[in-house]
Amino acid sequence: MHFGLTEEQTLLQHTVRELAAGEFPPNRLRELFDEGTGFDTDLWGRTAEMGLSGLIIPEEHGGAGLELLDLALVAEVIGEAALPGPFLGHALASLAITHGGSAEQKARWLPALATGDVIGTVALGETNEAWEPETWQTEDNGGSLTGAKRYVEYGDRADLLIVGTAGGGLALLEGDQRGETDIVDGLDRTRSVTHLSFDGAPAETLPGGKDAAPLVCDAGRILLAADAFGAAWKLIQLTVEYALEREQFGTKIAQFQSVKHQLANLASDCEPMRGLFWHAAHAFDHMPAARAREAATAKSHITDTAVRVGRRAVELHGGIGFTWECDVQFWVKRTMFDRTWLGSPRADRERIAQMLGW
Amino acid sequence: MDLQYGPEFDAFRAEVQAFLASAWPDSRRATADTEGVTADDQRAFVAAALAENYMYRSIPKRYGGSEQPFDALRETIIAEEFNAAGAPWRLGAQGVGMIVPTLLEAGTEWQREKFIPDTLRGDSVWCQGYSEPGAGSDLAALRSTARLEGDEWVINGHKVWTSDAAEANYMFGMFRTEPDAPKHAGISYLMMEMDPKRMDVRPLRQITGATHFYEVFFDDVRTPADWIVGERGQGWQIARINLKHERNFGGGGIPRSRFESLVALARETRIDGRPAIEHHDVRQRLAELEGRIRCCETLTLRQLSATANDEEADVALGTLCNKLYNTDLGEDLVQLGYDLIGDAGLEAPEDQSWSSIGGGGPSADWVDRFLFQLCGAIAAGSSNIQRNVIGERGLGLPRDLRSTT
Repeated sequence: MHFGLTEEQTLLQHTVRELAAGEFPPNRLRELFDEGTGFDTDLWGRTAEMGLSGLIIPEEHGGAGLELLDLALVAEVIGEAALPGPFLGHALASLAITHGGSAEQKARWLPALATGDVIGTVALGETNEAWEPETWQTEDNGGSLTGAKRYVEYGDRADLLIVGTAGGGLALLEGDQRGETDIVDGLDRTRSVTHLSFDGAPAETLPGGKDAAPLVCDAGRILLAADAFGAAWKLIQLTVEYALEREQFGTKIAQFQSVKHQLANLASDCEPMRGLFWHAAHAFDHMPAARAREAATAKSHITDTAVRVGRRAVELHGGIGFTWECDVQFWVKRTMFDRTWLGSPRADRERIAQMLGW
Repeated sequence: MDLQYGPEFDAFRAEVQAFLASAWPDSRRATADTEGVTADDQRAFVAAALAENYMYRSIPKRYGGSEQPFDALRETIIAEEFNAAGAPWRLGAQGVGMIVPTLLEAGTEWQREKFIPDTLRGDSVWCQGYSEPGAGSDLAALRSTARLEGDEWVINGHKVWTSDAAEANYMFGMFRTEPDAPKHAGISYLMMEMDPKRMDVRPLRQITGATHFYEVFFDDVRTPADWIVGERGQGWQIARINLKHERNFGGGGIPRSRFESLVALARETRIDGRPAIEHHDVRQRLAELEGRIRCCETLTLRQLSATANDEEADVALGTLCNKLYNTDLGEDLVQLGYDLIGDAGLEAPEDQSWSSIGGGGPSADWVDRFLFQLCGAIAAGSSNIQRNVIGERGLGLPRDLRSTT
């Protein structure tokens, strides 16, 4: 019995942290945030070289064949570093094809997704927060897509899009067929989002799409939870560092008991969430009956808490925390994206209620 | 990551369940009328559990324990199954939980032989003399004294929040024996027989109306000089031994069972003609609590794994946060319960079985639970003390500036 990280997992997180620190120092993050594309070609290349783009793709298709927990641990570090890039959409697209694609689709796309030469994404959400498979209305008429998708991660740039279709299926669309794009002026400038609309766009149905779609959504929930967890801890760490440095009234503000207590509250809210996303990620691969409920629990609880942590972090930074200039905003906005993309805590809590038979 | 205990442990669990089915049958389970359970029933059960090596595993056989090699998974299984069956897993929290480990680690051989076996059998019942009216969070400021007269300590003072003082035949506690020494260095750890002539034991009535705690006034109470644990002036260090023994395997089940009773309440209660549990706001609050319960459960699992695999450092921060997290969760849980009971919230609790045993048990009285929860942020290390410890030891923030150390 071992509910803890293996040496390999600890090393994996360490390696990604080193990469982030080396390839992405704070001023580079700020440059990219201000620039607004949310994409750095070199960073994408470096993470792909490291094997991150193929982490959960089966080995026979060129990936590392690891489990969702491994990817979630990477997502935690990516969130902690606020690394810009299509990591989430790419992983979900890979998962969609792995679980729902035909043998031919897998053979054609998974190797290129594994190397990162092809950037994948998923187009799931529609108007009125229709993130769930049973709410999708985009039509797939024998491979011809009509409809509109909203807040598609890197929808303008991805080479391959997995689109959620009416009836809860999935279709594969190549980038040059993406149709009309409307790049959103997104709040989290480390992750670009685009609205898309299709009018007879030629796509290929994934034969196992209906089975894969719920898996894709649950994996997305877990990865967002992990990202938010990393971001929340980064916020606490930044605030501790600030409190130990900032002087007012002749002393470091960390000396004030109320500041210490507010930070202790944040730490106490966050640390117990660590096992929550681990268990949900583990359940994804090993406990299918619990998968959906644990994914919804991790997503709603962790992202909701992480947003609150961000707000307290701003407060504890005082005036500077309220500025564009202060780095705290990167993680405040990161957690806000995590909370809302793929469905709000409110929506997931209602799903939990139903799954628990209330 | 592997959550399976493995076939050897699954077989052990089945054994424990079979034992409980015969030794602590359904008629005595937590949901039944617990008044039918006598002290003799409990002792007989403990003797049977001891014979199976399920009880007192960390205590050497020569003192009445079952002296088993440390096994975190077996201990967890035992605690989980005993809790599920409502079976006692020890007799007396202060005795087995506190004085016994203290004597094992710091007592003399004759002290262990004299006190431990009777305590394990339930023949010796202990109470704890720590807190005083002027010494709560700042316990080291305690002022009850003990002076050596010939071969006896003579004790005077006043202790509060002493659980089970009326039932106890012994007390252990901290007393000031070195008046000229600095605060922490002036305290000694003494044991004594409860003495009705020289001790005035008064019930301390809780805000709930129930009595579980007592205050004790000492008027020249006497105890033999060698009923001291450790050296003179070492009492503070001796008392801290207990903190190492507070890990309670299987405790992760407690928030879940409280949550289940809240869900049951939400099903039974009606709002606007339909069950409360069908209302959106109630569902949202319950689902939010479920998230936090899962955090508790997974943290407990991490702690178990850390102990079983010798990776304690990995859960150091989580362990520091444990009490505060559970206190805040417990508060929000009873708040929802109180919200659901409507006008019943105007009435004093009829059933005080929850608060009168210091929390726990099958009582469904939500006013009793709501009031009792008030002590969660106060007892066993107040929430503000917890925040100080988390901030300082967990996050590296500076200690408070104090006027006296």
